[in-house]
Amino acid sequence: MGDPMRIRASMAGDKVEVKVLMAHEMESGQRKDAKGATIPAHFIQNVTVRHNGRTVFSAQWGPSISKNPFLHFRFKGGKPGDKISITWTDNKGDKRTDETAVAGS
Amino acid sequence: MAGRRLAAVLFLAAIPFGSAAQDTEAAIQRYRDMLQDDSPAELEELKGAELWKTSRGPKNVSLEQCDLGLGSGVVRGAYAQLPRYFADSGKVEDLESRLVSCMVTLQGFSPADAKKNPFSAPGRPSDKEALVSYIAAQSRGMKLDAPLSHPKEIEAFQIGEKLFYKRAGPHDFACATCHGDAGKRIRLQDLPLLTDPKEAQKIFTTWPAYRVSQGAVRTMQHRLFDCYCKCGIRRWNMFRRPSPPCRCSWRSSPKAGK
Repeated sequence: MGDPMRIRASMAGDKVEVKVLMAHEMESGQRKDAKGATIPAHFIQNVTVRHNGRTVFSAQWGPSISKNPFLHFRFKGGKPGDKISITWTDNKGDKRTDETAVAGS
Repeated sequence: MAGRRLAAVLFLAAIPFGSAAQDTEAAIQRYRDMLQDDSPAELEELKGAELWKTSRGPKNVSLEQCDLGLGSGVVRGAYAQLPRYFADSGKVEDLESRLVSCMVTLQGFSPADAKKNPFSAPGRPSDKEALVSYIAAQSRGMKLDAPLSHPKEIEAFQIGEKLFYKRAGPHDFACATCHGDAGKRIRLQDLPLLTDPKEAQKIFTTWPAYRVSQGAVRTMQHRLFDCYCKCGIRRWNMFRRPSPPCRCSWRSSPKAGK
């Protein structure tokens, strides 16, 4: 299980603004360590964001995403108090889900 | 290598301020402002908050009863009043050394184990950096007010003052060489005038900080360690001899960006 994410969800006008900071090494598999050995790739492959259980955002990521990725997006149809849950899965099968409630504007 | 770099630094510092420099400064400020919100440092804070409550060590207890100076288990505002004298250890301790004390007395770690891994490196996270991030965050926005009343605190202050002006190492540098005059810079970085309480206060409270170049939260102890290291002073304790070579371990990691 990965480290916790930092999630903020608040109202921006009629939309819900979601900001997520994920803790992940995001090793590309291209880098070498001090001894010259390749550092194995380790990165998030799938991200899913659910709003009250319904998927509002899903993404397939690759090794070019930075370490500790930051995700920011807006969607329509939410209101304060709604539940936002975010799940990522990485290429080693590790998984992490965190959730929060939408804050008022 | 370090010598050449330092020489270049001194040369650059001699170039007068131009408008280009001011633009760069403004750009750097914008960049820092952007990092204020949603800084990856917050991830370390979350990790530290969990660690603080996690039972660990031979005694399998958490750090929640650790006295950071404001009473057992009080975290809020504690960082703003450190370093200070602690009667139980008989020493003046900053946050990092206080955590070591608590890990030894509360959790039953051996002093050597408790002191291990103060600074993280790629693939080797540091518990201290996470704990310090969390604890320091509970003093965010507070005025730094380290006590200076106990004789040991005054003694520590005087030793610190001596060290600040003590010239040492292959370049014969003291902290005061770079931080004793106003308006000095290393490359693009403005150097704080640490003899000015206002500037010292401002700069001290910006630590611990997330360093993008190192992908880690660095503590005040790391800042001091790195300053000494860059000045060619091989050991944190500059009077200890013989000193092993200075190893800036995070530098030996792959430098290629992703």
